[in-house]
Amino acid sequence: MNATALQGGFATPAHDSARAFRATLDALARPGTIQTVAGAQPPAPLSVAAGVLILTLTDGTTPVHLAGAWDCADVRDWITFQTGAPLVGPADAAFAVGAWNDLAPLDRFAIGTPDYPDRSATLIVECDALQAQGAQLTGSGIKDSARLSLPDAARVFAANHALFPLGLDFFFTAGDRLAGLPRSTKVEDN
Amino acid sequence: MYVAVKGGERAIENAHAWLAEERRGDPSVPELALDQIREQLKLAVNRVMAEGSLYDPDLAALAIKQSRGDLIESIFLMRAYRTTLPRFGVSRPVDTAAMACIRRISATFKDLPGGQILGPTFDYTHRLLDFALAAEGEAPRAPITEGAEPAAVPHVTEFLNRDGLIQEEPHSDETPGDLTRNPLELPANRPLRLQALARGDEGFVLSLAYSTQRGYGRTHAFVGELRIGLVAVEYDVPELGFAIHLADIELTECETVNQFKGSRSEPPQFTRGYGLVLGQSERKSISMSLVDRALRWRELGEDYIGAPAQDEEFVLSHCDNIQATGFLEHIKLPHYVDFQAELELVRRLRAEALELTGAPAMKEAAE
Amino acid sequence: MTAIAQTPTETDAYNFAYLDEQTKRMIRRAILKGVAIPGYQVPFASREMPMPYGWGTGGVQVTAACLVPEDRLKVIDQGADDTTNAVSIRRFFQRTAGVAVTENTPEATVIQTRHRIPETPLTEGQILVYQVPIPEPLRFLEPRETETRRMHALEDYGLMHVKLYEDIARHGQIATSYDYPVKVEGRYVMDPSPIPKFDNPKMSDNAAIQLFGAGREQRIYALPPYTKVVSLDFEDHPFVASKADHPCGLCGSTDSYLDEVIMDDQGGRMFVCSDTNYCSTRREAGHIGAMAAPAPAQPQERRAE
Ligand SMILES: [Zn+2]
Repeated sequence: MNATALQGGFATPAHDSARAFRATLDALARPGTIQTVAGAQPPAPLSVAAGVLILTLTDGTTPVHLAGAWDCADVRDWITFQTGAPLVGPADAAFAVGAWNDLAPLDRFAIGTPDYPDRSATLIVECDALQAQGAQLTGSGIKDSARLSLPDAARVFAANHALFPLGLDFFFTAGDRLAGLPRSTKVEDN
Repeated sequence: MYVAVKGGERAIENAHAWLAEERRGDPSVPELALDQIREQLKLAVNRVMAEGSLYDPDLAALAIKQSRGDLIESIFLMRAYRTTLPRFGVSRPVDTAAMACIRRISATFKDLPGGQILGPTFDYTHRLLDFALAAEGEAPRAPITEGAEPAAVPHVTEFLNRDGLIQEEPHSDETPGDLTRNPLELPANRPLRLQALARGDEGFVLSLAYSTQRGYGRTHAFVGELRIGLVAVEYDVPELGFAIHLADIELTECETVNQFKGSRSEPPQFTRGYGLVLGQSERKSISMSLVDRALRWRELGEDYIGAPAQDEEFVLSHCDNIQATGFLEHIKLPHYVDFQAELELVRRLRAEALELTGAPAMKEAAE
Repeated sequence: MTAIAQTPTETDAYNFAYLDEQTKRMIRRAILKGVAIPGYQVPFASREMPMPYGWGTGGVQVTAACLVPEDRLKVIDQGADDTTNAVSIRRFFQRTAGVAVTENTPEATVIQTRHRIPETPLTEGQILVYQVPIPEPLRFLEPRETETRRMHALEDYGLMHVKLYEDIARHGQIATSYDYPVKVEGRYVMDPSPIPKFDNPKMSDNAAIQLFGAGREQRIYALPPYTKVVSLDFEDHPFVASKADHPCGLCGSTDSYLDEVIMDDQGGRMFVCSDTNYCSTRREAGHIGAMAAPAPAQPQERRAE
């Protein structure tokens, strides 16, 4: 195991993860808002924000899928050491991390069942930047409407929304910033 | 003029101080030591360990002392403590065939390899108050028989199994679910049902078992075997490549032999109910076996007659006494708001009903 | 914050906010799925807490999973900060999380409640955590979880409409005064917890995050801010958020939910705000009800305690 795996976790786990969760909750409960998080120093190419999400939400009970360049020894070792999360293929993943193009096609991930729509994957999508502009978001969590830069055409996320109450939930991460897009959000082009 | 009642915090502190005083009782009477509870109220300790799902006689004794002998309260204390414990790993399944039995009886065979071991039982005692105990007499020593040390004895049901007379249980190395770590999902499988029953309230499980004997889901059970004794708990250490012996724990295991008429695909043979409980808990383990067997109607192709003991959702949702007592007792909490809403509704409905019948509506006194 | 003394934290003995990190992660994941599927009840592996089931263990676990050291916590039961169970839960978090507490609704960042929504409108950045006894709105119509889960999956809420309609046939109105079922964003029928139906409209379009925890029943559900929540009704029998038709005897408010207090054995009674913080804030601002003392902090005011 690489020595970097042992570093970059939360210094004070109870407090760091609590603050990180509140930012995460705000991000998902208020789509279109962009939150700043801290406390993780994960190995490249994992962003600080994605690292924080992994430390906050995953453990031995949550299978994680690493896509594309994120599926590298440094990241694997770091997640294994820091969280104990089993690394799996897309179909079994509770969480998946990677660049948008590597996560595609999305239909490989669990979208939940009619009885248990919560048994669906959460995708952590690493982005170059996050901005409150672009696609128009409306729905639960949003007063009137909001805008968020998305890594793909609005229709892709609209198709996910159309599955409601099934579907995937997304976090977009860039550096130490993150935004959430739950399946409940209606996404349109302008 | 009116001022609302205040002082919740003070009231709580005072109540707790009073409780502590009551717990101690008359200070001129010597205080109970934990080892006295552990050694002399062992069956209470066992019940608290079994339903608390935590094998620790000293902690159970403490819980009993702290709860003034209220065993459900003691079980609650154990459960609340248990959830705070980190989980280092999972032991190997215990091998009850290797149990060092202090008691082992079968109701189905008069004699059998390993013999009937009566052990320390209330059975055949005449339930007469023993005033010698009140006089604080020294307990008589039990006679020691040479060569009668607890030893491993084979399971009775294996004798039946050899002849194909009893249903073979499917072997599985699948990790059983864990109710304490995952929310109960229905329908549940047998390992989860057994876990729920093992933690379940002794009185509830007893009454359900009794109801099957009276015809509410009858299963014609005999105690094939009841055994009590110590088993070894072993833990595989991956780094070492072998299992280490952690401790010996006392268990009670019951296997019932039940009549089974057979089905289209199966010739008549006996079936089993199973009970396994921490500590010496005979009544509980027999009850558990009967309820387990009643819940197996579906897999055995039997009719569902609507008996409570056959109803998995009913049994599993209501067997936990900590859930039950909490929800039951919560109606002591203030419900001013919902009651007020009901009060308004009833007044309005009454006023409208009286208006319709033409009766004069009662004038509210304060209005 | 005056009446409640700060207790030193006991974080040495227990983890921050009592629960271990793995348990908090499990609860946090459930909360996030609840937020993503508003109104849907997410199963979670509720832990045994050091207070009884039915006394707020679900709310306590949700609060514990949400709290940060910087939070300012308010706990109410029946709208009041000083009811015994509210005091007990607030003290639990003072001890185990060392967070600041308040009775003042606008100051609070997290509010745990049983049976009420505060009268003062909530704001963005606040979280309202409800204690829920029976999270399944269909439970009293169909006791089996296996059945109700299927009904939610199929969006089959006919049973609920039949029940409400039977009410109308028998009583001329819907005879449910609290725990009044709602529909969330046109999809899930949800149990609002036993709040009076007077509070139901406050759930809709609320700026705060609303989280619901049912410990014994092992369910968490959520309403993100600005979620559309509609109380079930019929066109010819529209929902009415009713309350006692009186002003508060202490602060004179005519639009707050009221507790009825029996004054004597002659049938004398008065009505006072169930939201104690709302009422005292109004009195401090000079609003005086018909039965209040002329001014706060008069010596004789303590007599009745
Ligand atoms: Zn008032």
